[in-house]
Amino acid sequence: MDVFEKLKILTDAAKYDVACTSSGVNKKTPKGGIGSAAACGICHSFSADGRCISLLKVLMTNVCAYDCKYCVNRHSNDTPRAAFTPRELADLTINFYRRNYIEGLFLSSGVLKNPDYTCEQMIETLRILREEYRFFGYIHAKAIPGADSALVSRLGMLADRMSINIELPSQDSLNLLAPDKSKHSILTPMRYIQNRIQENSMDLVKYKHAPKFVPAGQSTQMIIGATPDTDLQILNLTEGLYKKYKLKRVFFSAYMPVIENSFLPTIDTEPPLWREHRLYQADWLLRFYGFAANELLDEQNQSFNPYVDPKCNWALHHLDFFPMDVNRAPYSDLLRVPGIGVNSAKRIVTARRMTTLSFESLKKLGVVLKRAQYFITCKGKKNESFKITENAILQSLMSEKTRKEYQMKFSQREAIDQLSLFDMPFKVQPNFLQEDIVKCLQQQM
Amino acid sequence: MPTTANVVYQYDGSFDGLLCSVFESYDKKEIPLDIVLPDATQMMLVPIKNIPTDSGKAKRVLASIPAKIGFLALDFVQHAFLTCFTQKELYILLFLRLGYRHGANVMEMLADDVVHTMVKAVRHLDRESHLFKGFIRFSIFNHILVAEIEPKNYVLPLLLQHFCERYPEERFLIYDKTHGMALVYQPYQSAIIPIDDLVLPEPDEAEESYRELWQVFYNTIEIKGRHNPKCRMNLMPKRYWKYMTEFGNTQYNHRKVLKGQDGLLKALSHKELF
Ligand code: SF4
Repeated sequence: MDVFEKLKILTDAAKYDVACTSSGVNKKTPKGGIGSAAACGICHSFSADGRCISLLKVLMTNVCAYDCKYCVNRHSNDTPRAAFTPRELADLTINFYRRNYIEGLFLSSGVLKNPDYTCEQMIETLRILREEYRFFGYIHAKAIPGADSALVSRLGMLADRMSINIELPSQDSLNLLAPDKSKHSILTPMRYIQNRIQENSMDLVKYKHAPKFVPAGQSTQMIIGATPDTDLQILNLTEGLYKKYKLKRVFFSAYMPVIENSFLPTIDTEPPLWREHRLYQADWLLRFYGFAANELLDEQNQSFNPYVDPKCNWALHHLDFFPMDVNRAPYSDLLRVPGIGVNSAKRIVTARRMTTLSFESLKKLGVVLKRAQYFITCKGKKNESFKITENAILQSLMSEKTRKEYQMKFSQREAIDQLSLFDMPFKVQPNFLQEDIVKCLQQQM
Repeated sequence: MPTTANVVYQYDGSFDGLLCSVFESYDKKEIPLDIVLPDATQMMLVPIKNIPTDSGKAKRVLASIPAKIGFLALDFVQHAFLTCFTQKELYILLFLRLGYRHGANVMEMLADDVVHTMVKAVRHLDRESHLFKGFIRFSIFNHILVAEIEPKNYVLPLLLQHFCERYPEERFLIYDKTHGMALVYQPYQSAIIPIDDLVLPEPDEAEESYRELWQVFYNTIEIKGRHNPKCRMNLMPKRYWKYMTEFGNTQYNHRKVLKGQDGLLKALSHKELF
């Protein structure tokens, strides 16, 4: 089998892994080497599904001894199999890298023979790249659950980032769909990597030139919608992983049906892309906006609101928090205003040192007034051009697409009933607001 | 207070020339209606004042910027000068005038019209140069890495450090077709030089097969069930596609050596690019 065919098979088998970022580490090449890394990450292309391509994302092999039900590579699936030799893959990587096609390599693998053997193959590939080609670009390696910890450690010395995919967010789901795996077999190596990172950072304090162990940290991925796990469960788990395991990123992947199985959604099920989207939004709120998981979802609301994003949803449930004076509010409060992002909040804090901000100037700072105007005041005033009775607050908070979907889904009467879905216990009850929403929904139907 | 004078400055297009226009503006206590390049269309009804470039004056203005407004402001102005914003010269003058008055604080006056306009132009430049770090595609001819781009802004100075750090042991050339300039590098030397045309030789077998391998990868990595060309277009606007290997632009990829001897071919046949 030639390299073309191998590349096709092993790319096809790797593409459901979503992580493709090359971020988290800044590196320069010493003389005689090749490659660098930028902490912000660099996208080299975008595939026709709109996803960033930063790394050569392939499997070492798609031969697998395991039989995870949701996976295209599972043992019982009838599919063409291939395996790269370490040399082939290293050559491919370096040649793509020289042409600036990629930022580096994302290497994962099915379990060939046994976890240790697979891990050794991956190590050899990385060794050729790092030692023979003196490659300093980005490498993300998947840890193979069950591999010897000495091997995991060696892999970690060669890679910038490691990940172990949780895939299924609960033990029940794992039992059902991944009989060869358990929570334990996933979390143990994750903990091991975390400890090694910590030890290593202490070494680095002591010896400046101590070799680095996964300097860009570790990440994981969960499949959304293959099992009945709720958004609440997933988000809580995510928060726990950031806190307890110090993960750098948690990725979500809408389940794409690849097989008919009574435990899984049928093959014609649409992947729950909107849920994936909401989870990423919430994840962003956890990492950069100072939100806690239990502020976004709780036992009463276990799923995300399909019509407004989690931040707007929070704001609608906490109207007593608003309106907020943009000229005074602390940075952390500004971040909670719909229509104000990290960048515009920073700009507000900078610009207001020099002048008192007006609605006009907020626009220049990148604030989305269409959303933010309901929640802020400037110089003690609401936006002048904005009359609340004529405005459709909810409409303005929905994205264009959602609004259309909403219109399509519900007839007029249903739409009003559907309001209960938003379940907005407005703490300060501005009556007009409720009426407004009803009115605006009627108008647009 | 300076007055807006009924005059347009004409400078030679260099950064030093622009600094001399700033000098002139202070010297004459006037603000011109615009600052233009020599080849600007002469349809204007306003008198044009030619500003000669004087390195002494330029140096004085240059030194005053970090001293009075700070290094951040100098960096900002130098970036603004690389943008494709048509009135960048006049705005740089207005910005510096603000800066001399308010000091380093000018960098925080984000709600001011002049500052805001410049920030927007610089953001556009930064974004474009960042995208090119990823979207540039090299072909390898005779061990030399060669790429072409058609940027809106003059991004080469901003790409220099990135690619020199990425490929310290390679020899490479990035040709900016829009501005007729090229970034050339050989181990541990770089320069940006004018080039009027670039003619590429036929790719060899290895080059051809890596291009095809990349196309195989690109076409396979898409998850068909999530096809979303609109999203791709937003993140990677079509104007970048022209030189990207994954779109198998045959015209470009299989272009023959048709034109004369100038440009790269000459450079490539010489052992040294400098
Ligand atoms: S071990 Fe990995 S590759 Fe093998 S079947 Fe399970 S998920 Fe797929």
